[in-house]
Amino acid sequence: MSKIIVKEREHVTPGEVLAEGMDLIPSEGTYRNGEQIISSIVGLVNLKNNAIQVNGFKSVYMPRRGDYVIGTVTDMNFSSWFIDVNCPYDASLPVREASREFIDLEKNDMTYYYTYGDVIFAKIIGLTKSKIVTLTMKEQETKKLNGGIIMKINSSKIPRLIGTKGSMISMIKDKTKTQIIIGQNGIVWIKGEPVDTLKAKNIIEKISNESHTSGLTEKIEKMLNKGE
Amino acid sequence: MVTKKKAQIKKTVKKEPKKENKKVAVKKQTHGYEKRFDKRGFDELRPISMDIGVLDNADGSARVQVGDTVAIAGVFGPQKVRPKHMEDTEKLIIKCYYDLMSFSVTDRARPGPSRRSIELGLVIKNAVEKAIFVEEYPKSMIQLFIEIPQADAGSRCAAVIASSLALADAGIMMRGLVPAVAVGKIDDKICVDITKHEEDYHEGGGATDIPIAYIPALDEITLLQLDGKVTKNELMQAINAGTKACKKIHEMMKQAIKKKYEVIEK
Repeated sequence: MSKIIVKEREHVTPGEVLAEGMDLIPSEGTYRNGEQIISSIVGLVNLKNNAIQVNGFKSVYMPRRGDYVIGTVTDMNFSSWFIDVNCPYDASLPVREASREFIDLEKNDMTYYYTYGDVIFAKIIGLTKSKIVTLTMKEQETKKLNGGIIMKINSSKIPRLIGTKGSMISMIKDKTKTQIIIGQNGIVWIKGEPVDTLKAKNIIEKISNESHTSGLTEKIEKMLNKGE
Repeated sequence: MVTKKKAQIKKTVKKEPKKENKKVAVKKQTHGYEKRFDKRGFDELRPISMDIGVLDNADGSARVQVGDTVAIAGVFGPQKVRPKHMEDTEKLIIKCYYDLMSFSVTDRARPGPSRRSIELGLVIKNAVEKAIFVEEYPKSMIQLFIEIPQADAGSRCAAVIASSLALADAGIMMRGLVPAVAVGKIDDKICVDITKHEEDYHEGGGATDIPIAYIPALDEITLLQLDGKVTKNELMQAINAGTKACKKIHEMMKQAIKKKYEVIEK
Protein backbone atom coordinates (compact mmCIF):
# COMPACT_ATOMS: atom_id res chain seq x y z
CA MET A 1 0.00 0.00 0.00
CA SER A 2 1.50 3.31 -1.04
CA LYS A 3 1.42 6.31 1.22
CA ILE A 4 2.56 9.87 0.61
CA ILE A 5 3.91 11.37 3.81
CA VAL A 6 4.66 14.95 2.71
CA LYS A 7 2.33 17.68 1.47
CA GLU A 8 2.49 19.58 -1.82
CA ARG A 9 5.05 22.44 -1.69
CA GLU A 10 6.47 21.25 1.61
CA HIS A 11 10.01 22.28 2.46
CA VAL A 12 12.25 19.18 2.61
CA THR A 13 15.93 18.48 3.31
CA PRO A 14 18.17 15.63 2.08
CA GLY A 15 17.38 12.34 3.76
CA GLU A 16 13.74 13.14 4.52
CA VAL A 17 11.31 10.32 3.73
CA LEU A 18 8.70 11.57 1.24
CA ALA A 19 6.60 8.49 0.55
CA GLU A 20 6.40 4.74 0.84
CA GLY A 21 5.31 2.24 -1.77
CA MET A 22 6.54 0.66 -4.98
CA ASP A 23 3.85 2.11 -7.29
CA LEU A 24 5.15 5.66 -6.82
CA ILE A 25 7.95 6.92 -9.07
CA PRO A 26 10.96 8.78 -7.67
CA SER A 27 11.57 11.73 -10.02
CA GLU A 28 14.16 14.53 -9.98
CA GLY A 29 15.68 15.34 -6.60
CA THR A 30 14.67 12.05 -5.00
CA TYR A 31 15.95 8.50 -4.70
CA ARG A 32 14.56 5.13 -3.74
CA ASN A 33 15.77 3.12 -0.77
CA GLY A 34 13.81 -0.10 -0.53
CA GLU A 35 10.14 0.84 -0.19
CA GLN A 36 10.85 4.45 0.68
CA ILE A 37 11.25 7.47 -1.56
CA ILE A 38 13.70 9.91 -0.02
CA SER A 39 14.60 13.50 -0.89
CA SER A 40 18.15 14.13 -2.04
CA ILE A 41 18.21 17.95 -2.19
CA VAL A 42 16.90 20.99 -0.32
CA GLY A 43 13.72 22.19 -1.98
CA LEU A 44 9.96 22.08 -2.34
CA VAL A 45 7.93 18.93 -3.00
CA ASN A 46 6.05 18.67 -6.28
CA LEU A 47 3.52 15.85 -6.65
CA LYS A 48 2.55 14.91 -10.21
CA ASN A 49 0.21 11.91 -10.45
CA ASN A 50 2.44 9.05 -9.37
CA ALA A 51 5.76 10.84 -9.63
CA ILE A 52 7.33 12.61 -6.70
CA GLN A 53 9.73 15.42 -7.45
CA VAL A 54 11.71 17.91 -5.38
CA ASN A 55 12.41 21.28 -6.98
CA GLY A 56 15.70 22.41 -5.49
CA PHE A 57 16.33 25.96 -4.31
CA LYS A 58 19.80 25.62 -5.75
CA SER A 59 21.00 22.95 -8.09
CA VAL A 60 24.07 22.11 -10.08
CA TYR A 61 23.61 22.52 -13.84
CA MET A 62 24.26 19.27 -15.69
CA PRO A 63 24.03 19.51 -19.50
CA ARG A 64 21.15 17.72 -21.23
CA ARG A 65 20.57 17.05 -24.90
CA GLY A 66 18.24 19.65 -26.41
CA ASP A 67 19.05 22.43 -23.95
CA TYR A 68 19.64 25.93 -25.25
CA VAL A 69 22.65 27.42 -23.49
CA ILE A 70 24.70 30.61 -23.47
CA GLY A 71 28.46 30.11 -23.49
CA THR A 72 31.76 31.91 -23.94
CA VAL A 73 34.46 30.85 -26.37
CA THR A 74 37.52 29.90 -24.33
CA ASP A 75 39.71 27.99 -26.78
CA MET A 76 39.88 26.60 -30.28
CA ASN A 77 41.77 24.03 -32.30
CA PHE A 78 41.96 23.35 -36.05
CA SER A 79 38.42 22.04 -36.36
CA SER A 80 36.40 23.19 -33.38
CA TRP A 81 35.82 25.85 -30.77
CA PHE A 82 35.65 25.16 -27.03
CA ILE A 83 32.85 26.82 -25.16
CA ASP A 84 32.48 27.38 -21.42
CA VAL A 85 28.80 26.70 -20.68
CA ASN A 86 28.84 27.12 -16.88
CA CYS A 87 29.17 23.42 -16.06
CA PRO A 88 32.10 21.15 -15.10
CA TYR A 89 32.62 20.07 -18.71
CA ASP A 90 33.89 21.93 -21.77
CA ALA A 91 31.51 21.96 -24.71
CA SER A 92 32.85 21.73 -28.25
CA LEU A 93 31.43 23.44 -31.31
CA PRO A 94 32.72 21.67 -34.42
CA VAL A 95 33.22 23.65 -37.63
CA ARG A 96 30.51 21.67 -39.43
CA GLU A 97 27.97 22.78 -36.81
CA ALA A 98 29.21 26.32 -36.46
CA SER A 99 26.96 28.19 -38.86
CA ARG A 100 24.00 27.91 -41.18
CA GLU A 101 26.22 29.32 -43.91
CA PHE A 102 29.17 27.62 -45.54
CA ILE A 103 32.38 28.04 -43.62
CA ASP A 104 35.40 28.35 -45.87
CA LEU A 105 38.50 27.99 -43.75
CA GLU A 106 40.76 28.44 -46.76
CA LYS A 107 39.47 31.95 -47.26
CA ASN A 108 38.97 33.03 -43.67
CA ASP A 109 40.67 32.31 -40.38
CA MET A 110 38.61 30.55 -37.67
CA THR A 111 38.66 33.70 -35.56
CA TYR A 112 36.68 35.37 -38.36
CA TYR A 113 33.62 33.43 -37.20
CA TYR A 114 34.08 33.14 -33.44
CA THR A 115 37.00 34.32 -31.39
CA TYR A 116 38.08 34.25 -27.76
CA GLY A 117 35.54 35.87 -25.48
CA ASP A 118 32.66 35.75 -27.95
CA VAL A 119 29.30 34.89 -26.43
CA ILE A 120 27.03 32.49 -28.29
CA PHE A 121 23.52 31.12 -27.82
CA ALA A 122 23.71 27.48 -28.88
CA LYS A 123 21.88 24.19 -28.60
CA ILE A 124 23.28 20.99 -27.13
CA ILE A 125 22.92 18.24 -29.74
CA GLY A 126 25.32 15.64 -28.42
CA LEU A 127 26.01 14.33 -24.95
CA THR A 128 27.87 11.08 -24.34
CA LYS A 129 27.93 9.10 -21.14
CA SER A 130 31.45 10.33 -20.47
CA LYS A 131 30.08 13.90 -20.66
CA ILE A 132 31.46 15.07 -24.00
CA VAL A 133 29.16 17.97 -24.91
CA THR A 134 28.63 18.96 -28.55
CA LEU A 135 26.89 22.18 -29.56
CA THR A 136 25.25 23.37 -32.74
CA MET A 137 24.65 26.81 -34.23
CA LYS A 138 22.50 25.55 -37.10
CA GLU A 139 19.19 25.84 -35.26
CA GLN A 140 16.72 28.68 -35.84
CA GLU A 141 17.14 30.46 -32.51
CA THR A 142 20.89 30.09 -32.14
CA LYS A 143 23.06 33.13 -32.74
CA LYS A 144 26.12 35.04 -31.75
CA LEU A 145 25.31 37.59 -29.06
CA ASN A 146 26.82 41.02 -29.70
CA GLY A 147 26.93 43.65 -26.98
CA GLY A 148 24.72 43.60 -23.90
CA ILE A 149 25.59 42.23 -20.48
CA ILE A 150 25.75 38.74 -19.02
CA MET A 151 24.54 37.70 -15.59
CA LYS A 152 24.59 34.37 -13.81
CA ILE A 153 21.74 32.94 -11.78
CA ASN A 154 21.24 29.44 -10.44
CA SER A 155 19.90 27.09 -13.11
CA SER A 156 17.08 25.93 -10.79
CA LYS A 157 15.56 29.45 -10.96
CA ILE A 158 15.22 29.43 -14.76
CA PRO A 159 11.67 27.95 -14.89
CA ARG A 160 10.50 30.62 -12.45
CA LEU A 161 12.17 33.39 -14.44
CA ILE A 162 10.48 32.24 -17.65
CA GLY A 163 7.11 31.76 -15.93
CA THR A 164 4.15 29.82 -17.27
CA LYS A 165 4.41 29.94 -21.06
CA GLY A 166 6.94 32.77 -20.80
CA SER A 167 4.61 35.13 -18.92
CA MET A 168 7.24 36.48 -16.54
CA ILE A 169 10.04 37.06 -19.03
CA SER A 170 7.83 38.61 -21.70
CA MET A 171 6.48 41.01 -19.09
CA ILE A 172 10.01 42.06 -18.10
CA LYS A 173 10.99 42.46 -21.75
CA ASP A 174 7.94 44.63 -22.50
CA LYS A 175 8.17 46.85 -19.44
CA THR A 176 11.94 47.45 -19.52
CA LYS A 177 12.20 47.58 -23.33
CA THR A 178 15.19 45.24 -23.39
CA GLN A 179 16.19 42.14 -25.31
CA ILE A 180 16.66 39.18 -22.96
CA ILE A 181 17.89 35.70 -23.81
CA ILE A 182 17.96 32.96 -21.16
CA GLY A 183 20.20 29.91 -21.35
CA GLN A 184 19.12 26.75 -19.56
CA ASN A 185 22.53 26.76 -17.89
CA GLY A 186 21.68 29.80 -15.77
CA ILE A 187 23.28 32.51 -17.91
CA VAL A 188 21.10 35.46 -18.88
CA TRP A 189 21.98 37.95 -21.62
CA ILE A 190 20.42 41.42 -21.50
CA LYS A 191 20.71 44.15 -24.12
CA GLY A 192 19.15 47.58 -24.20
CA GLU A 193 19.67 51.13 -22.98
CA PRO A 194 22.04 51.16 -19.97
CA VAL A 195 19.32 52.31 -17.54
CA ASP A 196 16.85 49.69 -18.78
CA THR A 197 19.49 46.96 -18.70
CA LEU A 198 20.29 47.71 -15.07
CA LYS A 199 16.60 47.72 -14.20
CA ALA A 200 16.07 44.34 -15.85
CA LYS A 201 19.13 42.98 -14.09
CA ASN A 202 17.87 44.08 -10.67
CA ILE A 203 14.49 42.51 -11.32
CA ILE A 204 16.01 39.21 -12.42
CA GLU A 205 18.16 39.21 -9.28
CA LYS A 206 15.05 39.74 -7.17
CA ILE A 207 13.28 36.85 -8.88
CA SER A 208 16.33 34.68 -8.31
CA ASN A 209 16.38 35.50 -4.59
CA GLU A 210 12.64 35.02 -4.02
CA SER A 211 11.91 32.25 -6.49
CA HIS A 212 10.31 29.98 -3.87
CA THR A 213 7.70 32.50 -2.68
CA SER A 214 4.17 32.51 -4.03
CA GLY A 215 2.54 35.50 -5.76
CA LEU A 216 5.84 36.59 -7.24
CA THR A 217 4.48 37.56 -10.67
CA GLU A 218 2.12 40.17 -9.14
CA LYS A 219 4.91 41.53 -6.96
CA ILE A 220 7.22 41.92 -9.95
CA GLU A 221 4.43 43.53 -12.00
CA LYS A 222 3.90 46.11 -9.24
CA MET A 223 7.64 46.79 -9.11
CA LEU A 224 7.80 47.29 -12.87
CA ASN A 225 4.80 49.64 -12.93
CA LYS A 226 6.19 51.72 -10.07
CA GLY A 227 9.43 52.32 -11.94
CA GLU A 228 7.65 53.99 -14.86
CA MET B 1 56.05 44.09 68.10
CA VAL B 2 58.50 41.44 67.10
CA THR B 3 56.88 38.88 69.32
CA LYS B 4 53.47 39.75 67.92
CA LYS B 5 54.68 39.23 64.34
CA LYS B 6 56.26 35.95 65.29
CA ALA B 7 53.04 34.88 66.87
CA GLN B 8 51.13 35.80 63.72
CA ILE B 9 53.52 33.83 61.55
CA LYS B 10 53.19 30.89 63.89
CA LYS B 11 49.43 31.16 63.66
CA THR B 12 49.48 31.16 59.84
CA VAL B 13 51.93 28.27 59.75
CA LYS B 14 49.70 26.36 62.07
CA LYS B 15 46.61 27.13 59.98
CA GLU B 16 48.00 26.02 56.63
CA PRO B 17 48.42 22.31 57.19
CA LYS B 18 44.90 22.18 58.64
CA LYS B 19 43.49 23.59 55.37
CA GLU B 20 45.39 21.06 53.30
CA ASN B 21 44.03 18.24 55.36
CA LYS B 22 40.49 19.49 54.76
CA LYS B 23 41.06 19.65 50.98
CA VAL B 24 42.34 16.10 50.90
CA ALA B 25 39.31 14.99 52.89
CA VAL B 26 36.97 16.68 50.38
CA LYS B 27 38.70 14.99 47.46
CA LYS B 28 38.39 11.60 49.04
CA GLN B 29 34.64 12.01 49.37
CA THR B 30 34.05 12.58 45.63
CA HIS B 31 36.02 9.89 43.91
CA GLY B 32 35.85 9.68 40.13
CA TYR B 33 34.13 12.00 37.64
CA GLU B 34 30.74 12.52 39.29
CA LYS B 35 29.68 15.85 37.81
CA ARG B 36 30.73 17.42 34.54
CA PHE B 37 32.90 20.54 34.70
CA ASP B 38 30.27 22.68 32.94
CA LYS B 39 27.38 21.16 34.96
CA ARG B 40 25.82 19.43 31.95
CA GLY B 41 24.16 16.04 32.08
CA PHE B 42 26.23 13.15 30.79
CA ASP B 43 24.11 12.86 27.62
CA GLU B 44 23.59 16.60 27.19
CA LEU B 45 25.02 18.54 24.24
CA ARG B 46 26.60 21.97 24.34
CA PRO B 47 24.44 24.79 22.88
CA ILE B 48 24.62 24.51 19.07
CA SER B 49 23.95 27.23 16.52
CA MET B 50 24.02 26.82 12.73
CA ASP B 51 23.91 29.41 9.94
CA ILE B 52 23.67 28.59 6.26
CA GLY B 53 24.86 30.64 3.30
CA VAL B 54 27.39 32.74 5.21
CA LEU B 55 29.94 33.08 2.38
CA ASP B 56 28.88 34.99 -0.74
CA ASN B 57 31.50 33.69 -3.15
CA ALA B 58 31.13 30.00 -2.30
CA ASP B 59 28.48 27.86 -4.01
CA GLY B 60 27.39 26.63 -0.60
CA SER B 61 28.51 27.47 2.92
CA ALA B 62 27.69 27.03 6.58
CA ARG B 63 28.90 28.14 9.98
CA VAL B 64 28.46 25.82 12.95
CA GLN B 65 29.11 26.64 16.57
CA VAL B 66 29.15 23.88 19.16
CA GLY B 67 29.87 25.42 22.56
CA ASP B 68 33.13 27.30 21.98
CA THR B 69 34.10 25.38 18.85
CA VAL B 70 33.39 27.18 15.58
CA ALA B 71 33.69 25.70 12.10
CA ILE B 72 33.09 27.47 8.78
CA ALA B 73 32.78 25.36 5.65
CA GLY B 74 32.64 26.50 2.03
CA VAL B 75 31.91 24.36 -1.01
CA PHE B 76 33.08 25.23 -4.54
CA GLY B 77 31.93 23.24 -7.52
CA PRO B 78 31.29 20.81 -9.14
CA GLN B 79 34.00 22.17 -11.41
CA LYS B 80 36.65 20.93 -13.82
CA VAL B 81 39.19 18.60 -12.26
CA ARG B 82 42.58 20.17 -11.64
CA PRO B 83 45.13 18.59 -11.86
CA LYS B 84 43.75 16.71 -14.82
CA HIS B 85 45.36 13.34 -13.97
CA MET B 86 43.15 13.07 -10.88
CA GLU B 87 40.02 12.98 -13.05
CA ASP B 88 37.74 9.98 -12.55
CA THR B 89 35.45 9.10 -15.46
CA GLU B 90 32.90 7.51 -13.15
CA LYS B 91 32.67 9.65 -10.06
CA LEU B 92 33.02 12.99 -8.38
CA ILE B 93 36.28 13.81 -6.65
CA ILE B 94 36.15 15.59 -3.31
CA LYS B 95 39.09 17.65 -2.16
CA CYS B 96 38.88 18.59 1.48
CA TYR B 97 41.07 21.16 3.20
CA TYR B 98 40.89 21.47 6.98
CA ASP B 99 42.63 24.41 8.57
CA LEU B 100 43.04 25.22 12.24
CA MET B 101 43.58 28.97 12.43
CA SER B 102 46.65 30.03 14.39
CA PHE B 103 44.65 31.95 17.02
CA SER B 104 42.05 29.22 17.52
CA VAL B 105 43.81 27.50 20.42
CA THR B 106 45.42 28.82 23.62
CA ASP B 107 49.02 28.29 22.46
CA ARG B 108 49.49 29.55 18.91
CA ALA B 109 49.08 26.88 16.25
CA ARG B 110 51.58 27.06 13.40
CA PRO B 111 49.64 28.27 10.37
CA GLY B 112 49.51 26.28 7.17
CA PRO B 113 49.01 22.62 6.42
CA SER B 114 50.32 20.13 8.95
CA ARG B 115 50.20 16.36 9.39
CA ARG B 116 47.15 16.75 11.61
CA SER B 117 45.22 18.93 9.15
CA ILE B 118 45.97 16.58 6.24
CA GLU B 119 44.66 13.62 8.25
CA LEU B 120 41.56 15.48 9.36
CA GLY B 121 40.86 16.57 5.78
CA LEU B 122 40.88 12.93 4.76
CA VAL B 123 38.74 11.83 7.70
CA ILE B 124 36.12 14.53 7.05
CA LYS B 125 36.11 13.75 3.34
CA ASN B 126 35.43 10.07 4.06
CA ALA B 127 32.68 10.97 6.52
CA VAL B 128 30.73 13.09 4.01
CA GLU B 129 31.58 11.23 0.79
CA LYS B 130 29.34 8.32 1.73
CA ALA B 131 26.35 10.68 1.80
CA ILE B 132 26.98 12.21 -1.65
CA PHE B 133 25.79 10.73 -4.95
CA VAL B 134 29.31 10.74 -6.39
CA GLU B 135 28.27 8.82 -9.52
CA GLU B 136 25.90 11.65 -10.53
CA TYR B 137 28.78 14.03 -11.24
CA PRO B 138 31.41 12.16 -13.25
CA LYS B 139 34.65 13.83 -14.37
CA SER B 140 34.26 16.70 -11.93
CA MET B 141 35.41 17.72 -8.49
CA ILE B 142 34.28 19.76 -5.54
CA GLN B 143 36.51 21.64 -3.18
CA LEU B 144 35.56 21.74 0.45
CA PHE B 145 37.32 24.31 2.61
CA ILE B 146 36.95 24.19 6.38
CA GLU B 147 38.31 26.84 8.71
CA ILE B 148 38.33 26.55 12.49
CA PRO B 149 38.49 30.07 13.98
CA GLN B 150 37.96 28.80 17.51
CA ALA B 151 38.57 25.32 18.91
CA ASP B 152 37.40 23.74 22.15
CA ALA B 153 37.55 20.00 21.32
CA GLY B 154 35.33 18.28 18.79
CA SER B 155 36.49 20.47 15.90
CA ARG B 156 36.36 17.59 13.41
CA CYS B 157 32.76 16.89 14.40
CA ALA B 158 31.76 20.53 13.98
CA ALA B 159 33.59 20.47 10.64
CA VAL B 160 31.63 17.42 9.47
CA ILE B 161 28.32 19.10 10.39
CA ALA B 162 29.34 22.35 8.68
CA SER B 163 30.54 20.63 5.53
CA SER B 164 27.41 18.52 5.15
CA LEU B 165 25.24 21.64 5.55
CA ALA B 166 27.39 23.49 3.02
CA LEU B 167 27.04 20.62 0.53
CA ALA B 168 23.27 20.61 0.96
CA ASP B 169 23.27 24.39 0.48
CA ALA B 170 25.25 24.04 -2.75
CA GLY B 171 22.47 21.85 -4.18
CA ILE B 172 24.58 18.73 -4.47
CA MET B 173 22.54 15.51 -4.41
CA MET B 174 22.93 13.77 -1.07
CA ARG B 175 21.53 10.65 0.54
CA GLY B 176 21.19 12.47 3.84
CA LEU B 177 22.73 14.99 6.21
CA VAL B 178 25.73 13.97 8.30
CA PRO B 179 25.62 14.93 11.99
CA ALA B 180 28.64 14.18 14.17
CA VAL B 181 29.53 14.29 17.83
CA ALA B 182 32.57 13.61 20.02
CA VAL B 183 31.73 11.08 22.72
CA GLY B 184 34.21 10.64 25.55
CA LYS B 185 34.91 8.29 28.37
CA ILE B 186 36.00 10.46 31.28
CA ASP B 187 37.26 8.28 34.13
CA ASP B 188 34.55 5.62 33.81
CA LYS B 189 31.64 7.78 32.65
CA ILE B 190 30.42 8.04 29.04
CA CYS B 191 30.02 11.75 28.26
CA VAL B 192 28.56 13.21 25.09
CA ASP B 193 30.15 16.23 23.36
CA ILE B 194 33.27 16.63 25.50
CA THR B 195 35.19 19.88 25.93
CA LYS B 196 38.96 20.50 25.96
CA HIS B 197 38.85 20.70 29.76
CA GLU B 198 37.39 17.21 29.94
CA GLU B 199 39.75 15.91 27.28
CA ASP B 200 42.69 16.81 29.55
CA TYR B 201 41.32 14.84 32.53
CA HIS B 202 44.13 12.69 33.87
CA GLU B 203 42.85 11.24 37.15
CA GLY B 204 41.40 7.77 37.49
CA GLY B 205 40.76 6.14 34.13
CA GLY B 206 41.79 9.26 32.22
CA ALA B 207 40.01 10.58 29.15
CA THR B 208 39.13 8.73 25.95
CA ASP B 209 37.92 10.60 22.87
CA ILE B 210 35.60 8.86 20.38
CA PRO B 211 34.36 11.09 17.51
CA ILE B 212 31.36 9.61 15.71
CA ALA B 213 29.61 10.69 12.50
CA TYR B 214 26.32 8.96 11.79
CA ILE B 215 23.95 9.29 8.82
CA PRO B 216 20.39 8.79 10.14
CA ALA B 217 18.90 8.35 6.64
CA LEU B 218 21.16 5.37 5.91
CA ASP B 219 21.60 4.24 9.52
CA GLU B 220 25.35 4.13 8.95
CA ILE B 221 28.39 5.29 10.87
CA THR B 222 30.90 7.02 8.60
CA LEU B 223 33.41 8.27 11.15
CA LEU B 224 34.63 6.41 14.20
CA GLN B 225 37.96 7.21 15.76
CA LEU B 226 39.35 6.30 19.13
CA ASP B 227 42.04 7.98 21.19
CA GLY B 228 42.59 6.27 24.56
CA LYS B 229 41.55 3.07 26.24
CA VAL B 230 38.08 1.47 26.33
CA THR B 231 36.59 -1.97 26.82
CA LYS B 232 34.29 -3.46 24.20
CA ASN B 233 31.26 -2.83 26.40
CA GLU B 234 32.18 0.80 26.95
CA LEU B 235 32.73 1.35 23.24
CA MET B 236 29.26 -0.01 22.45
CA GLN B 237 27.81 2.31 25.10
CA ALA B 238 29.69 5.24 23.57
CA ILE B 239 28.42 4.41 20.06
CA ASN B 240 24.84 4.19 21.30
CA ALA B 241 25.15 7.51 23.11
CA GLY B 242 26.77 9.03 20.01
CA THR B 243 24.09 7.90 17.56
CA LYS B 244 21.40 9.18 19.93
CA ALA B 245 23.10 12.58 20.13
CA CYS B 246 23.59 12.59 16.34
CA LYS B 247 19.84 12.18 15.86
CA LYS B 248 19.27 15.25 18.06
CA ILE B 249 21.81 17.24 16.01
CA HIS B 250 20.15 16.01 12.80
CA GLU B 251 16.88 17.64 13.85
CA MET B 252 18.72 20.91 14.51
CA MET B 253 20.37 20.72 11.07
CA LYS B 254 16.99 20.28 9.37
CA GLN B 255 15.61 23.29 11.25
CA ALA B 256 18.65 25.37 10.31
CA ILE B 257 18.13 24.65 6.59
CA LYS B 258 14.42 25.39 6.78
CA LYS B 259 15.04 28.62 8.68
CA LYS B 260 17.10 30.09 5.83
CA TYR B 261 14.22 30.05 3.36
CA GLU B 262 11.47 30.93 5.84
CA VAL B 263 13.05 34.29 6.57
CA ILE B 264 12.53 35.46 2.99
CA GLU B 265 8.99 34.11 2.77
CA LYS B 266 7.61 36.55 5.39
